[in-house]
Amino acid sequence: MAAVAALEAVEVDYPGRGRALGPFDFQLNSGEIVALVGPSGCGKSTALRLLAGLEPATRGTVRRAAGRGETSVVFQSPTLAPWLSATDNVALPLALAGVDGREARARAVEALRHVGLAGAERARPAQLSGGMAMRASLARALVTGPKVLLLDEPFAALDEITRRALADDILALWSRDRPAVVFVTHNVEEAVYMASRVVVMTPGPGRAAGELAIDAPAPRPPGFRTTPAFREAAEHLSDLLAAAMAPAA
Amino acid sequence: MRRALDLAAPVLLIALLLGIWEGLCRLLDVPAFFLPTPSAVAVALVQNAPLLFISAGRTLGTALSALLIVSLIANLIALAAASSRTVARAFSPVAATIQVTPVIALAPLFGVWAGVDHPERAVIALAAIVAFFPIYSGALTGLTSADPELERLFDLYGANSWQRLLRLRIPSAVPQMLQGQKVGLGLALVGAVTAELVAGSGGQEGLAWRIVEASHRLLLDRSFAALVALALMAAVLNLAYAALERWALAWWRGR
Repeated sequence: MAAVAALEAVEVDYPGRGRALGPFDFQLNSGEIVALVGPSGCGKSTALRLLAGLEPATRGTVRRAAGRGETSVVFQSPTLAPWLSATDNVALPLALAGVDGREARARAVEALRHVGLAGAERARPAQLSGGMAMRASLARALVTGPKVLLLDEPFAALDEITRRALADDILALWSRDRPAVVFVTHNVEEAVYMASRVVVMTPGPGRAAGELAIDAPAPRPPGFRTTPAFREAAEHLSDLLAAAMAPAA
Repeated sequence: MRRALDLAAPVLLIALLLGIWEGLCRLLDVPAFFLPTPSAVAVALVQNAPLLFISAGRTLGTALSALLIVSLIANLIALAAASSRTVARAFSPVAATIQVTPVIALAPLFGVWAGVDHPERAVIALAAIVAFFPIYSGALTGLTSADPELERLFDLYGANSWQRLLRLRIPSAVPQMLQGQKVGLGLALVGAVTAELVAGSGGQEGLAWRIVEASHRLLLDRSFAALVALALMAAVLNLAYAALERWALAWWRGR
């Protein structure tokens, strides 16, 4: 499998706050879904920003095969512009890339339909529920047909039912174009449900503490959450996390 | 019932205060050139209504001209300051100085510069100066406080500075700009009246001029009538702006 992005011994220091991440090694291969799991403040979001090219590494190397416009990010909050309709919010990346207005809007409407927001095209963010706003944010990330999709705790602010529905939808959407996905979470079950590979990080400054491959078809078959394989993987991941949390010998 | 009381309470209080004023004036036989009764003020208001209306229009015109001019200048400077740290730093002591200088102290100078034939120009300039700071600072705050995650999104998609300004910073600034504009409107009116009191207004006889002129002739009922007209105008202006702001914010937020 070809690597679409890699972090090689990267370290990130923030002035006045010290080391936030690293040294951390990470490789993202095309078509896989990787979950970054770790305690709060371990630098998961920092790693994601490095992969997005939104932040430089203090030391180490960041390799990115995807060019500008080929990487999309979904932030923790929907981050929609309140003054734009759902369609115009989703069309924004295309408009910034110079795509003709009419075509951009047509593609945005299509992307909204794919995330289940047909009928909400003209709604403003204030009129959308939390789950709908997150879907609009996801549509905006997918509208450019990215090679790399980065999700920074996209479910953090949602209720359990909405989280599960959105997780299934993300997997279904992923199976169409199969972009490489990194998603940050601190929810063990979510990581097992979504990812083909889970990378566990130590408390901050985060390092790689372990890795777990999830051997299950993607998208997940119905009832996957209740299978022994799921339970086993979740328990294994919990053990890895507990080991990562323990103070280094 | 509760709502009726809420509406009636301020009216009743004002009626009570006016009643006490009227009663005391009559009881103590206060001369009209010292303190006219509210009823005399009401009569003066009705009798002078056409004149006061014209004067109110002139004061309003002065305040709105000043507001228009200063809005253009203050928002342009705020745009420049938001785009360049150097401009912002260079301009910040100037803005602070404009904010703290009492307009009355500048009035004689502007009177000289505008010349005896055009004191209204001095009044407009002074009203504009008074209204400058809140408009400038509202716009600058708004332009520099866009959602940082949206800023990051614009970084991600490689937006150029024009796209960032037009598609992110200016639309983000709308609520703060409206707020600054509201304070600016009130101050432009205060500035127009104050400047007219000090610098005069030549042929443009505004409400301030009416107050001064009537006071000089000890026709205090007319002074009070002009004052009431001024207060009414300010209240109407405020309500009109509040409605405009509500509408604009509803449009901005989409509800």
